[in-house]
Amino acid sequence: MAGSIQSVERAAAVLRLLAGGERRLGLTDVATALGLAKGTTHGILRTLQQEGFVEQDEASGKYQLGAELLRLGNSYLDVHELRARALVWTDDLARASGESVYLGVLHQQGVLIVHHVFRPDDSRQVLEVGAMQPLHSTALGKVLTAFDPVAHREALELERERFTPRTVTEPAEFEGVLDLIRARGWAADLEETWDGVASVAAPVHDRRRMPVGAVGITGAVERVCDDGEIRARLVAAVRDCARAVSRDLGGGRF
Amino acid sequence: MTDNHTAATSSHGEGPFIAAIDQGTTSSRCIVFDRDGRIVSVDQKEHEQIFPKPGWVEHDAAEIWTNVQEVVSGALAKAGITKGDVKALGITNQRETTVLWDKNTGEPVHNALVWQDTRTDALCKELGRNVGQDRFRRETGLPLASYFAGPKIRWMLDNVEGLRERAEAGEILFGTMDSWVIWNLTGGPNGGVHVTDVTNASRTLLMNLQTLDWDERILSSMEIPATVLPQIRSSAEVYGYAKGALEGVPVASALGDQQAALFGQTCFSKGEAKSTYGTGTFLLLNTGDTPVNSYNGLLTTVGYRIGDQAPVYALEGSIAVTGSLVQWMRDQMGLIKSAAEIETLASSVEDNGGAYFVPAFSGLFAPYWRSDARGVIAGLTRYVTKAHIARAVLEATAWQTREIVDAMNKDSGVDLTALKVDGGMTSNNLLMQTIADVLDAPVVRPMVAETTCLGAAYAAGLAVGFWRDTDELRANWRRAAEWTPRMDAATRDREYKNWLKAVERTMGWIEEEH
Repeated sequence: MAGSIQSVERAAAVLRLLAGGERRLGLTDVATALGLAKGTTHGILRTLQQEGFVEQDEASGKYQLGAELLRLGNSYLDVHELRARALVWTDDLARASGESVYLGVLHQQGVLIVHHVFRPDDSRQVLEVGAMQPLHSTALGKVLTAFDPVAHREALELERERFTPRTVTEPAEFEGVLDLIRARGWAADLEETWDGVASVAAPVHDRRRMPVGAVGITGAVERVCDDGEIRARLVAAVRDCARAVSRDLGGGRF
Repeated sequence: MTDNHTAATSSHGEGPFIAAIDQGTTSSRCIVFDRDGRIVSVDQKEHEQIFPKPGWVEHDAAEIWTNVQEVVSGALAKAGITKGDVKALGITNQRETTVLWDKNTGEPVHNALVWQDTRTDALCKELGRNVGQDRFRRETGLPLASYFAGPKIRWMLDNVEGLRERAEAGEILFGTMDSWVIWNLTGGPNGGVHVTDVTNASRTLLMNLQTLDWDERILSSMEIPATVLPQIRSSAEVYGYAKGALEGVPVASALGDQQAALFGQTCFSKGEAKSTYGTGTFLLLNTGDTPVNSYNGLLTTVGYRIGDQAPVYALEGSIAVTGSLVQWMRDQMGLIKSAAEIETLASSVEDNGGAYFVPAFSGLFAPYWRSDARGVIAGLTRYVTKAHIARAVLEATAWQTREIVDAMNKDSGVDLTALKVDGGMTSNNLLMQTIADVLDAPVVRPMVAETTCLGAAYAAGLAVGFWRDTDELRANWRRAAEWTPRMDAATRDREYKNWLKAVERTMGWIEEEH
């Protein structure tokens, strides 16, 4: 096979060997079975261990398959689990910010709203769970695009519709926006999707630091913005909430 | 803007605050609330569940009191406040759990008998004599069942060596967990006040719902000396002042947990109802200032009483198996890996595919009360998949809610205008929508999930003037989500008929109980 990388082949062989039986194997067992030098084998095992694919038993020093492999085969975070974990934090965000809260995930070239908390006033509001928002113009969508490579590809391949005069559609300018989002850790939508409406969002990470969703608030530009910028207090509240949900998903341990 | 501070410290004012203790079945908690009813801090500690025999469940009341003191200190420490910042302390508790203690030493004479404990089953049958389990229903609103405190007191008097003599000599005090916590908070053997509130007293089978006092006739039928009983007070008044760590803080509310949730959901008007969706579900309907007798298997209970205002009554219906059915699908059937996944699976199909699941695992409860029933899944064809069963699981909770609401409507003549929901299952969007659909009424989730503690805090705050009146509390209530009915009437009627047919098929499965 042209261009195959030897160390990756060897790592695969180690994993296959460890998957072959119930028992744990020592360094010598692995090296002997694969016909490798002990030093090489140790390097491979240590790297796999760092990635969580292999675990070493503390008492015997023997190796076995790691929990990360299970998660690879089962990596999809259930959006309903995400909602259940986010519930208390998003309620608190709505109360702290006075605005409506949305939790979104990437779904079919857009943002699927999986959780919505009403703005805490007495006004009539309709639950928007199940609605879709565009990737390239909303705060939720831009956060996903900046942090999730799959969303990034979708957003670049799609035609980026100009919803308002402020919508960013040109690829180079759009990439610049995404760079800023990555640098700051949050995204804003200042009347780029709906006239008179602004929103701010931050990424939610799981325990492997994968971006699994975005959480944010949306409201009238007069309330959410000050001098043409999102109010710092609201940015802080949104980021606090995103971190709290991430922590609940195990993301805070890294 | 700093990244390190938490939402709690950034968004809560300087106080003052109200602290609420929730002495629950599995743990004791303390939550500190601010003036807007927002949570400032929480501390929680579990206690041991003691199972001496099948069907027996006990708690160590001394352990619980220790835990209560720890979580109160813990919650204050986490909030970064001192007792001087706490305007009042409220209490809510697992209902019916019964403890007897020595008033001179403060030591429990026996482990507390927990509400789930069924050791008084035979005693309850015996107490029913020729009348049956409704012997005291007119006075108390309750059937003679092992949950309630009265028969538990009697069991201890009969079974703890020398206890009856000591009780008659005035050495022994009885309490549900509210009384136990308040007595200890206010000094215990050194001047502790021995009180309970109307909601807890209404779960003893010993209180007359009209007079709101202990019923002499029932006390003599159950052979319980009045000397052991606490004074029955309202749910929101200053019972006394704390000693020890909280020295001087007014102890100012007590409410059974479900009544506290009714209060926390601000169901202050006749016709307002709340439903708490956990492993089981408890639905309470405010029926205003008169106790409504139930002919449909519901309980009549006191909702709350604020100071010397008129008491507010409630009808209560419970569903034994709701969240626990989802757990059963996960743990026993292995069809899902997490409870939240039930929604994912159920959402993968449009409808139940003709399948109906009646989880009568230990018989049918309100409004049927058939102990000979067992669970069924009806309407199976080759077309039905696990996703349809998942849908039927969620619909089971919705239809059981509908049956309770229908029974409440029959008993009270009050039409439900909206259902306020809380509890863990409210994160299930499909379930909440389905409940709205089958009730044909809006389902509303409030912004504070901890409605039970909030209710106790509200009542305590009212008692000390921290909040002016119930209108101010109502103004604090915030709608986090609302599900409006989307099902057409024809579908609803057809599905309800099918559900009732499936319920029919559960009955008479256990033959010897006839």
